[in-house]
Amino acid sequence: MTDPVSIMDSPIHLDYQFTAGLAQSRFLKGLTEGRFLGQRCPKCGKVYVPPRGSCPTDGVPTTDEVELGNTGTVTTYCVVNVPFQGQSIEIPYICAQILLDGANLAFMGLIQEVPADQVRMGMRVEAVWLPREQWGPTMASVKYFRPNGEPDADYDTYKEYL
Amino acid sequence: MAGARGRRPVAVVSFAQSPQIRREDHRNEVEMLMPVVGEVFSNIGVTKDDMGFICSGSADYLVGAPFSFVTALDAVGVWPPRRESHVEMDGAFALYEAWTMLQAGDADTALVYCFGRSSPGQLDKLLALQLDPYYLTPLWPDPVALAALQAQALIDAGKATEADFAEIAARSRRDALANPAAQVKHDRSADELMKDDYVVAPLRRHALPPITDGAAAIVLAAGDRARDLVERPAWITGIDHRIETHALGARDLTTSSSTRIAAEQAGLGEAPVDVAELHAPFASQELILREALGLGEGVSVNPSGGALAANAMMVAGLIRIGEAANAVRAGRSRRAVAHATSGPCLQQNLVCVLEAP
Repeated sequence: MTDPVSIMDSPIHLDYQFTAGLAQSRFLKGLTEGRFLGQRCPKCGKVYVPPRGSCPTDGVPTTDEVELGNTGTVTTYCVVNVPFQGQSIEIPYICAQILLDGANLAFMGLIQEVPADQVRMGMRVEAVWLPREQWGPTMASVKYFRPNGEPDADYDTYKEYL
Repeated sequence: MAGARGRRPVAVVSFAQSPQIRREDHRNEVEMLMPVVGEVFSNIGVTKDDMGFICSGSADYLVGAPFSFVTALDAVGVWPPRRESHVEMDGAFALYEAWTMLQAGDADTALVYCFGRSSPGQLDKLLALQLDPYYLTPLWPDPVALAALQAQALIDAGKATEADFAEIAARSRRDALANPAAQVKHDRSADELMKDDYVVAPLRRHALPPITDGAAAIVLAAGDRARDLVERPAWITGIDHRIETHALGARDLTTSSSTRIAAEQAGLGEAPVDVAELHAPFASQELILREALGLGEGVSVNPSGGALAANAMMVAGLIRIGEAANAVRAGRSRRAVAHATSGPCLQQNLVCVLEAP
């Protein structure tokens, strides 16, 4: 009797064309100009960046465009100590949720130019962009965020965005 | 639960669909859905806050975006938290879940929505992933080839000719001229269509559905709530869903026993119907469904143009229910049947009977 087959290979590969959508396209184009572009909900007034075209709370289109500044607050973070294949940054490094001033949605960013053990919730940070000629329609246009030296933000200002 | 008939009267009270188009180039799923959800509510003067339950149908594989069904909820706005569910299937099957929820008395209203962008991926390869993963998927049979096997079996059984397929395609696309949402519509004779090349014999170009991007939504309401919302609800008097074996070789592809059983359970044969909206992506499949449902010559089949006029994956089935409900609500039909399918060669079938008050 022959050995039973216990493993078989069935490789699968699918290609897709990704559509960012109208709102995210505005955001991505903003990055090519060194700008953070968000959108405001006409109903609740919240500002989403990156915008997805709708207010997830109210379910209405967010049509008002809002330009946000370069500064924000670390709402929460983690220290990455685990090496993995394809890693481009030296460990340990900091991955943080950053709430830009005036925004109501935090997004993920790297924190650098500060020792890992000194990063904290409420730390004030600013975006460090790549040289202008390297700006493109990608979050990689922003090299990382770094402390901007301002006193820490009050917990109440970001407690909704952890 | 009284089987597929229900104890509680539940009706379709509103239906909306996006324009069904070949390729949605600029909008993402949320941006596609928002106007449709807005319209399905504004048709009857309700908001998301009036919905007791939400159920959606979509497939993440279509756009290659994990959890796209979760982000799609941004089109509705689910705060404060809502009772919500999702099926990785056509919206018609999401409607079945919502109907069950209303039967259980857990809600009086439900929003059902679905979206499908068939254009961003490789639909022919993608649909092979729903087949038997050991013996079939590694061969990558595309849906046209599988439908062609079924069509050839019909011809071999003496149940159809290629000219029958052309007649169905000609009629469907001519009827679609009156449907502003339809994608493929024209007035061309069956004789003219017979000059098309084969894509996979015996199926010529005209017997195939288009590749479509689109979205659709329906609001269901129970009992007095339905009567309060609209003057003429389209009551669902029976709905049932049956599935056949995964093994294509074990099926008689020239008949659809799952459709026949679903129709019996839904009470289709108890009275005549005047309109049938059938989800037959390939022209040949309409013949199988007509027979399984026992439809006579007097029934108007796919006055909307059917899936040959627009076939957005995960959407075309719910549109059949919406179109049948609109026919009932507008007085064009006293009693209509809607059908939705899923899987290769009509593997899964849902039958829904709708009646005027």
